[in-house]
Amino acid sequence: MSDMSYVRSEMLPERAPPASSVGIVGWARQNLFNGVGNSILTVLALILLWIVVSRLVPWFFSPTWNSASLNECREIVGTGHGHGGGGACWGVIRDRWQQLLFGFYPEAERWRTVLAFALLFVALIPVLFNMISRRMNWVLLLAVLGLAALYLGGALGIIVGLALIAAAGFVGFKALSTSKEDRAAEIEAGAKRLPNPLIFSAIFPFVAPWLLWGGSIWLPIGAALGFVVGYIAFRYLTPIVGSLAGLIIAVLATVIWWLVLTGGFASIMSSIIPIGLEPVESRNFGGFMLSITIGVVAIACSLPIGIVLALGRQSDLLIVKALCVGFIEFIRGVPLITLLFVASTLLNIFMPPGTNFDIILRVLIMVTLFAAAYMAEVIRGGLAALPTGQYEAADALGLDYWKAQRLIIMPQALKISIPGIVSTFIGVFKDTVLVSIIGLLDPLGLTNAIRADVAWNGLVWELYGFIAFMFFVFCFSMSRYSMYLERRLRTDHR
Amino acid sequence: MKKSVFLGALTVASIAAGASAAATLDDVKARGKLNCGVTTGLVGFAAPDANGKWEGFDVGVCRAVAAAVLGDANAVEFVPTTGKTRFTALASGEVDMLARNTTWTLSRDVDLKFDFVGVNYYDGQGFLVSKEMGVSSAKDLDGATVCIQTGTTTELNLADFFRANNISYEPVPIETNAEGQQQYLAGACDTYTTDASGLAATRATFEDPSAHVVLPEIISKEPLGPLVRHGDNEWGDIVRWTLNALISAEELGITSTNIGELSAAPGDNPEINRMLGTEGNLGEMLGLDADWAKRAIMAGGNYGELFAKNIGESTPIALARGLNAQWKDGGLIYSPPFR
Repeated sequence: MSDMSYVRSEMLPERAPPASSVGIVGWARQNLFNGVGNSILTVLALILLWIVVSRLVPWFFSPTWNSASLNECREIVGTGHGHGGGGACWGVIRDRWQQLLFGFYPEAERWRTVLAFALLFVALIPVLFNMISRRMNWVLLLAVLGLAALYLGGALGIIVGLALIAAAGFVGFKALSTSKEDRAAEIEAGAKRLPNPLIFSAIFPFVAPWLLWGGSIWLPIGAALGFVVGYIAFRYLTPIVGSLAGLIIAVLATVIWWLVLTGGFASIMSSIIPIGLEPVESRNFGGFMLSITIGVVAIACSLPIGIVLALGRQSDLLIVKALCVGFIEFIRGVPLITLLFVASTLLNIFMPPGTNFDIILRVLIMVTLFAAAYMAEVIRGGLAALPTGQYEAADALGLDYWKAQRLIIMPQALKISIPGIVSTFIGVFKDTVLVSIIGLLDPLGLTNAIRADVAWNGLVWELYGFIAFMFFVFCFSMSRYSMYLERRLRTDHR
Repeated sequence: MKKSVFLGALTVASIAAGASAAATLDDVKARGKLNCGVTTGLVGFAAPDANGKWEGFDVGVCRAVAAAVLGDANAVEFVPTTGKTRFTALASGEVDMLARNTTWTLSRDVDLKFDFVGVNYYDGQGFLVSKEMGVSSAKDLDGATVCIQTGTTTELNLADFFRANNISYEPVPIETNAEGQQQYLAGACDTYTTDASGLAATRATFEDPSAHVVLPEIISKEPLGPLVRHGDNEWGDIVRWTLNALISAEELGITSTNIGELSAAPGDNPEINRMLGTEGNLGEMLGLDADWAKRAIMAGGNYGELFAKNIGESTPIALARGLNAQWKDGGLIYSPPFR
């Protein structure tokens, strides 16, 4: 026997990959210099990038933060401002950033807009994410309210603020020190849970307008009571008169409450217990605060309206269908600018003189209707993408129309439409700058006003750059959120 | 049929508007604030400062009216209006008066049913060119590229001027003044044309203003003034005579510094006495008190002081009085007598 063998009897040890195919070099070879054509393109792109960056960076990092006028900027950075050379004049942002954010909102009351904005996130988190616990939501709310109370100051404010923050700290500490499993066991054993944070999300739509516009607290409470009235009517009348009649009566009761009784209720209550904030007129709204107000309201209202319209369009009821199709096609057939002009000028002429129908409210309604029409079509796309089998399955299970929609159709249709829905949201938010054309001073409108100051006349890039950056932050966050949501809701096990 | 219904609705609306407009003074007094329509921002004429306080030449007129009517120069709600929304804002009663460098034309006065109460600035369309071009007259601009705001009367004036002089030009359409500045500086056009006051303000923002000149030709008449709705003549009178008070004050030498002294007791000049209420009952005739003109002048100074403070030669905009000098100094600013 010979021990010669023609086949290797043991494995060769693994060797490190060649230096040219790993690390940065390997990555660059594979991605940037993969062939002659790609190498040329890479070099060209790098040159282009260098040209842009080498000009933009010195322009961007210019020591003009403290300048008080364009001429002072010119003295600091030398000549050539606005011609590729020189530097940016950031003094205008230092001087006017508050105006760009808050418009003409009274300075002493600006905390209210910030609080409303912070509470918006507190209210949105339980709706948008399921990653933080119920207790952490309450911690957030307590902390935000506590900080607001501290900011307001005064003996009462400090005591309340510290108490709220202490409570937040206590709950937060407890929440962090018990693990998820332990907590689950505690609840199993009968520990009391905190109330659902969605309660605050439901209250927020009434809190936010009160914070922004001020006035008596009883008006938003009265408006909220309208829903209670409607609910009670629905609850107790349905068994007597049937579900459709019950629904109609409930809606009527709510509307009557709002139109007829809320004013009286608010004035009586505020004469008994006068609690309120300094009223701020819509005219003082401006800057990003205005954009965000319009954007958030339009986004929040357009989704439910859009769903109803989409369902109406697919409905078998002729009148409902005709109304929905007519509405959608009419609104989509008209540019937003036209609707804004209708809001700002035409309504003014046709309404009886002396009516003071708030311009921001008019704009809010128009932008919401506009967004809702687009939303309806996006959701209809989702509905159309659903196989008929799903509808048939719902019918086979014996579900009625609303249950089928709620449990089977809508969850799937909405999930399919997420990218479209978020695109519409982003589009609506960006469209809010169109209000500058009807004389509202949103950020874009304010640039004109700021340039009308002798000190800053002639500045363009800095202002638009700042506004573009702010819009990018909001729109990019929305887009990332939609991607997160798509991942979270993915059920197709790809 | 449809058209007539529409017109009917319009008529009803305008009758109703007219009926309610008859009491603008009462409305303003009840509200405690004057709603004054201004531009969304025009250098020297109206602009909010960093604290949101409006300042400017047109703003001064609003403040004077508020001071005369309400006794407080700060009791003004400034309503920013654009070129497209200004007339509806006034017609619908959203604002009580418009002080928004609006050119007085026949169609606006008659067809749109407004009353121009006077002229607070005589403007006209001019041309801005760089000195390098070596042009000394607008008539030398044959074949030039011209930056021009679209949809304005300046566009029509430009076409008229070049046609009348039998020379050609190439328009570069722009949307806003800021765009015009950028395009002109970038060399996209040889000359930029708009109101001369606007050109002066634009030139003042340039790195080297001395390298640019505004050509001597003024090719249009642009009398800018405050306006009110048709149909409420009492209110129109108040705004008109407030403006006249500012103008007369300059003519008579009443300034914000010496007005306290002049209004303390009747002086030698009967017109001053009548205006400041130490003699006669002019204020009462207007439905105001005797001190109305005094307060209007104290709000921001007389016409000349307002001019000097906001757009005059000591400001960066550096507009000469020119046509806007008092009639005694060879200008067109002229107030009917206070008698």
